[in-house]
Amino acid sequence: MIDPQMFQLVCFYAFAAVTVLAALSVITLRNSVHAVLALVLTFFSTACIWMLAEAEFLAIALIVVYVGAVMVLFLFVVMMLDIDQEKLREGFVKYLPVGLIVAIAMLVEMLGLIGVRIMHAQTMGDNPATAAGLSNTAWLGMALYSQYLLPFEVAALILTVGVIAAVALTLRQRKGVRHQQASEQVAVKASDRVRIIKMAAERSADSEPTPAQESKP
Amino acid sequence: MITLSHYIVLGAILFCISVAGLFINRKNVIVLLMAIELMLLAVNINFVAFSRFGHDVAGQVFVFFILTVAAAESAIGLAILVLLFRNRNTVNVAEIDSMKG
Repeated sequence: MIDPQMFQLVCFYAFAAVTVLAALSVITLRNSVHAVLALVLTFFSTACIWMLAEAEFLAIALIVVYVGAVMVLFLFVVMMLDIDQEKLREGFVKYLPVGLIVAIAMLVEMLGLIGVRIMHAQTMGDNPATAAGLSNTAWLGMALYSQYLLPFEVAALILTVGVIAAVALTLRQRKGVRHQQASEQVAVKASDRVRIIKMAAERSADSEPTPAQESKP
Repeated sequence: MITLSHYIVLGAILFCISVAGLFINRKNVIVLLMAIELMLLAVNINFVAFSRFGHDVAGQVFVFFILTVAAAESAIGLAILVLLFRNRNTVNVAEIDSMKG
């Protein structure tokens, strides 16, 4: 019989290894499309790690919103643009030592700051949502729709502004293309199209235009 | 048994990887945007871990808001990228120097 906590730890290490390897390949892969796919794998394994921390709603939201929408948008843009991959790789080797030194120095500082040994005492304990008698989603929703209602509305506003900005940035009018103007079509009046003229119902015979005169204009 | 330090160390490693990515891919705007996404993910891991271990809902609510803002940010970033590629025919940061900053 496997100890469940031991099993959790093994799962954590497996998912963490996949996350780190995928993140490394995001920044080193030559092809941008492959890099985006590696980023998808990173998000996916991170969602698994959040599952282990019993943050189920956020894990699912990460997969649905991030992998499903934002990463697909990334893929869409990367595949749409015709990018010269080789030219963009020129500085890679030149900046590699600088990047590695900065990253390793930062990592050492962070680990020193975290103090690995002290925090090993901090265990997970009871799930706060279960302790409150709720599921994780309900627990999050209770806080979101009461205490954090105003920030929630502001977040919705930010998304709206984002949509409008993205559309306004990429919208363009090409020259020389005939467009249908729906608003003008709807607003048109009968007087714009047909002109009604008052004229005599009959004409005298001598004022009748001859065929030669008629064909002149 | 998973402890808090497991999560925080993972977040720190991811953050450092993305910082290294910013340095070594300083020509490709797409990879720069992806490195920023990775940084936000590392921060989110920390928030989730603190929320779970500190028994406080605020951390997970904040992750929710970070996800929202990151989605808006990447949408606008990609729109700017498309616009840039349409006008300059490149995504190379070194060639985008018309402001001479």
